[in-house]
Amino acid sequence: MSGYFRVRYAQDTALLDSRTQKGWFAIFVVALACYPFLANALWLDLANQVLLGVVGAVALMLLTGYAGQISLGHAGLLAAGAFTTGILFKEFAAPVWLTLPASALVGAALGLAFGLPSLRLRGLYLAVSTLALHFIVIHAAAEYETRRGFSTGIVIDSPIYEAWHWYFALLAAAAATVLFSLNLLRSRTGRAWRAIHGREAVAEALGISVPHAKVSAFVISSAITAMAGCLFAYFRGFVSVEAFSLYLTIQYVAMIIIGGMGSILGAILGTVFVVLLPYAIEGAMARLGLAEVLSSVVFAVNYAAFGLAMVLFLVFEPQGLVGIWRRVRNWFVLWPFKQRAVR
Amino acid sequence: MQLAVNILVLAAIYALISCGYVLIYRVSRVLSLAHGELMMLGAYGLYLTASLFDGHPLVAVAAALVLAVLVGVAVYLALMWRMTGESVLAAVLATIALGILLRGAMILAFGTQTQHPLRDLGWSNASLELAGARISTVGLTLIVATLAMYGALFAFLRLSRWGIRMRAAGQHPLLAAQRGIGLHGIYAASWGLATLTGGLAGMLLAADAGLEGTLVTIGLKAFPAALVGGLDSLVGALLGSLAIAAAEVFVIHYVDPLLSEVVPFVVLLAMLIVRPWGLFGTREELDRV
Repeated sequence: MSGYFRVRYAQDTALLDSRTQKGWFAIFVVALACYPFLANALWLDLANQVLLGVVGAVALMLLTGYAGQISLGHAGLLAAGAFTTGILFKEFAAPVWLTLPASALVGAALGLAFGLPSLRLRGLYLAVSTLALHFIVIHAAAEYETRRGFSTGIVIDSPIYEAWHWYFALLAAAAATVLFSLNLLRSRTGRAWRAIHGREAVAEALGISVPHAKVSAFVISSAITAMAGCLFAYFRGFVSVEAFSLYLTIQYVAMIIIGGMGSILGAILGTVFVVLLPYAIEGAMARLGLAEVLSSVVFAVNYAAFGLAMVLFLVFEPQGLVGIWRRVRNWFVLWPFKQRAVR
Repeated sequence: MQLAVNILVLAAIYALISCGYVLIYRVSRVLSLAHGELMMLGAYGLYLTASLFDGHPLVAVAAALVLAVLVGVAVYLALMWRMTGESVLAAVLATIALGILLRGAMILAFGTQTQHPLRDLGWSNASLELAGARISTVGLTLIVATLAMYGALFAFLRLSRWGIRMRAAGQHPLLAAQRGIGLHGIYAASWGLATLTGGLAGMLLAADAGLEGTLVTIGLKAFPAALVGGLDSLVGALLGSLAIAAAEVFVIHYVDPLLSEVVPFVVLLAMLIVRPWGLFGTREELDRV
């Protein structure tokens, strides 16, 4: 082994416990801080998309990866946040510090309203009600658009204009979400979530209220997701129902599957993968000379690629990119010895 | 009278689609969210065979149905059997992944323009006058096909050896396996059957309204019908479809046509509050440690 052993309880709960980890973390922070000054416009925009995606992906990871509940209403919740922001901005000219908490409140309220009926039974019922949530929120939003005459969408003036300002704002949001989630997962709530994911009956026998844990997971995840929707509205400067199709939900599901279930790092890696994949495909098609042939069906190529990536990860690497990362790390840690498959 | 006919046609559509959800859930406890896409694939199967067996429409339809069964079995053998030992979560996520993969692949293979398989078969969709109400030929075929399909499924599950095995596997997989029932064969057969019914629904819908991407949305809208009736009951699926279709047609007629997209889901939510296991579903057993 690497010769590092934990001898105090504080080391067990610390987020960064060894000096090496702290060193790497410091380098990582410096790299993140320097990134916008080194990257060109495209890469800066991609980084912004990743950071925005991380907020939503971490929220979904809390619900699906840790608490073990499937959500098919992620796009609906993002839409709820984005439209709360859009409506407050358009009707009352509300500033950011009002729209962000309002979005979170709407998200939490939706999470509570749609989570409650599903508690009477175990199993897939939460997933089912989230599907209903998606369609109802989208319908309400579309109704608002047509009634108020914004049939193409709502235009929002963002308080931030420059890309690198956005970079730091989104970095702060993503870092806050990750830190909040990591802390939550080390608390009683987080342990209860993992317990109900493992087996509900056992969790109940241990004194965990399964309904309470389920609803708290759904409400917290929904609130964060709605805040991500609020940021999305400001980032795009434009809100329209077309942006929140079921495909968006599938993209977020892809992020957590590809990244690796039950890991915050997985959510981050998965987001990077999912955001970069369409650009990689575009590059590959241009390189292969297929760009003209397939230009009208690029979205279909993306669909198929996402589906294929998800299937391959589910079948061959259920632990996702994080699983690969751990294996590579262990190979170096154990070198020159070979690692045996540890389950 | 016209309203009643509209309700019947819509209920037949929902019932024919939702029995696929029920079959798969009842036998293998997997919620298939790729059903809409499989349905569409069945319709594209008819589009293919229609051009292949030009001039023999009945042969083409039969070939398309066989193709649908093969697709269902292939889906199980290629992907879903790997998910049998995994958690429910992994299986559902796998069907989501399969759905988006199929959607992309279908657009790449067949393009985005609307197809009309009925025209390719050389049949027309005449409008019939029936006791003071109008119904299209395809609509009438839909009702007849749904009734025939449910009759056949009941007979199959009650009387045939394979049907009894299927119910046994659904009731208690472990005991069924120890009794000598090959679970993989049963699961593959249930996927084949579900894709057959879904494919038939897809073909009829495509014959009525043309073959395009909106088919998938109809597949999703049939899902509340299965759940309102109870996810593991075929009778429930039939009555659930009738309830959802009635609610939808009434709302379209008396309130607002724009609401048609949400009505099934509102009914679903109401059902989840009142009786979450559905009209005829079995309450899930207590989990023992």
